[in-house]
Amino acid sequence: MDFTIPLGDWVALIVDWLQSNAAAIFDGIAAGIDWLVSGLESILIGIPTIAFALLIVIVCLWQLGWRFALFAVVSLLLLIGMDLWRETMQSLALITAATIVSLAMGLPLGIWASRSDRVQAVLRPILDLMQTLPPFVYLIPAAMFFGIGKVPGAIATIIFSMPPAVRLTNLGIRQVPKEIVEAGLAFGCTRRQLLYRVQIPNALPTIMAGVNQTIMLALSMVVIASMIGAGGLGNTVLTGIQRLDVGLGFEGGIGVVILAIILDRLTQGFGQPPEKKRGLSPRLLLRWVRSPGRGKEDAAGNVARAR
Amino acid sequence: MAEKIEVKDLYKIFGNSPEKALSMAKEGVSKGDILKQTGNTLGVDSASFSIQEGEVFVVMGLSGSGKSTLVRLFNRLIEPTSGQVSIDGRDIVQMTQKELIKLRRNDVGMVFQSFALMPHLSVLDNAAFGLSISGYETAKAREMAMAALEKVGLDDYARSRPNELSGGMQQRVGLARALAHDPSVLLMDEAFSALDPLIRTDMQNELLRLQQQEARTIVFISHDLDEAMRIGDRVAIMQDGEIVQIGTPDEIVRNPANDYVQAFFRGVDVSQVFSAGDIASRGAMTIVARGDNLVDSALSRLEKNESDYAYVHDRDRRYRGVISLDSIKSVRDRGSGSLAEAFLDDVSPITADTPLSELLGPVAEARCPLPVVDAEGRYSGVISKGGLLRVMDRAS
Repeated sequence: MDFTIPLGDWVALIVDWLQSNAAAIFDGIAAGIDWLVSGLESILIGIPTIAFALLIVIVCLWQLGWRFALFAVVSLLLLIGMDLWRETMQSLALITAATIVSLAMGLPLGIWASRSDRVQAVLRPILDLMQTLPPFVYLIPAAMFFGIGKVPGAIATIIFSMPPAVRLTNLGIRQVPKEIVEAGLAFGCTRRQLLYRVQIPNALPTIMAGVNQTIMLALSMVVIASMIGAGGLGNTVLTGIQRLDVGLGFEGGIGVVILAIILDRLTQGFGQPPEKKRGLSPRLLLRWVRSPGRGKEDAAGNVARAR
Repeated sequence: MAEKIEVKDLYKIFGNSPEKALSMAKEGVSKGDILKQTGNTLGVDSASFSIQEGEVFVVMGLSGSGKSTLVRLFNRLIEPTSGQVSIDGRDIVQMTQKELIKLRRNDVGMVFQSFALMPHLSVLDNAAFGLSISGYETAKAREMAMAALEKVGLDDYARSRPNELSGGMQQRVGLARALAHDPSVLLMDEAFSALDPLIRTDMQNELLRLQQQEARTIVFISHDLDEAMRIGDRVAIMQDGEIVQIGTPDEIVRNPANDYVQAFFRGVDVSQVFSAGDIASRGAMTIVARGDNLVDSALSRLEKNESDYAYVHDRDRRYRGVISLDSIKSVRDRGSGSLAEAFLDDVSPITADTPLSELLGPVAEARCPLPVVDAEGRYSGVISKGGLLRVMDRAS
């Protein structure tokens, strides 16, 4: 007996049907994402290289202290020196756009899941699927629906990077200690106040870890997305592979790593409570400027503690 | 005093089929059998009592006895399955969500075992939390919160974060948060249990001091008998969701309703719980002093009763002195003199509020059972060496 389940045929049929009947929807989505990615890209490329690099260094100094700022200076100079700045900005635009969409959908989904066991039960297998299905599998239909270019790349990135935002938001809110939630209720919180004044603030470190993971996963899709024409640093790596140009591939790879480290550390820095920060706060800098004698001591003390 | 909180036929059942379990509980089926047959847990079983205004009402029991559930029924953090809880005559079980939120914002404060402070807010903003939730302007809320922090002596720490404070200080913040909106009812769930003993005593004193300034109705959950005895005006003891005894600390210690209640007193330092008046025995022989001519009759009564000592008080029960067989005999042999001449001069009465811990020395050294007098100097009994030892023994 010949037992076969033609699952592949069915999926192909569904994809065909969607393509011919829901084209307007996909065109709308494509237009929105294209607008977001292209807009971000032209802004990021439009800013003078030196000005943007300097801005990044200053933010690093503020949030993470002088050691990491020094690393940022060296690594950004390397990017500029390798002539990869434009590609880096393209990748950054794609990652930023994908992250914005992932968070805009993922955070509310996570909150919803935290409030209902049923929603959580439905979401869990979908999230598993999104995270474990090899990206190449949905790159093909994405390319069929949205054509070649940045849009399918962004959509594949969104699918891959959204799960941690949902999962960790859900987890963070569910892990808020029971007595803290009870305290919120006991002092007269409405459901909305409970969410915004108690649950989200208490879950914030976990939610920020989810945001950080979303950004990191978006970064990891850079090379794969470039296979359907998303461009950026991934394209440099891909070209290096295709031409067996080890040097070019390595340069692209290093670019991705630098981008990853800076984004990772910066998002972690913003997620930390103020007392744990190692950076120089504007207030401290201001005091330093106003009364150099005393302020210096404070700044020095702060740096010393950071060690 | 008026009744502040009234609880009537209150049941709480956790589980999927509370109706069936409820009817079983009402028929008197035990907690264990209900769990076995329906899979539901009986949290609170038929509680009925009332709490007076300004009273510190302690609910005591082992963990799992339902005391933390009971206190949460008072502000409906847990929904009752059946019954009534009235605060100021209004049944909170029937309240709409809106009314309930209003009640929580205005009339009821709560303090938690784990402090439950918001780590992202300063001490001041934690104390102001309830007020700011209720819609007070930030400045006004902070002003009121500052006043509450001053009450608990933490105004200097207003700008700190909770995690920078010690446990005792954190719970003071919890107390300030609960006091900031000046509620008439304060619910305290094992509020001091997480603190070490010295700090705990400190906090109990703090609470008693605050209670002297402005008497609130306090429902205090505790598993610590010493704590219950120290701060409770009345104590309710819970076992398996059921309230097995309610009374003043003295009543419960003297007359435990069952072995479970009795078990609480093992290891309890009774010398701190009891005072002289609580254990004074009325059995000793007394003589009411009227005229002067009592020496002969006193002697004959002593001999007839085979007593060595007799305690003399006047018609108002005012204590006068102790006589012994020897001293009354020598007065009679002299042929003249009054009863007062026979009083033993080395026996002095002790006052009723003296704690047992301070009694051991005087009772041991005295040659006769020591007389106890109340604040007005009235005779209220005697404490003998044997009687004192029996009380100490019962506790251990």
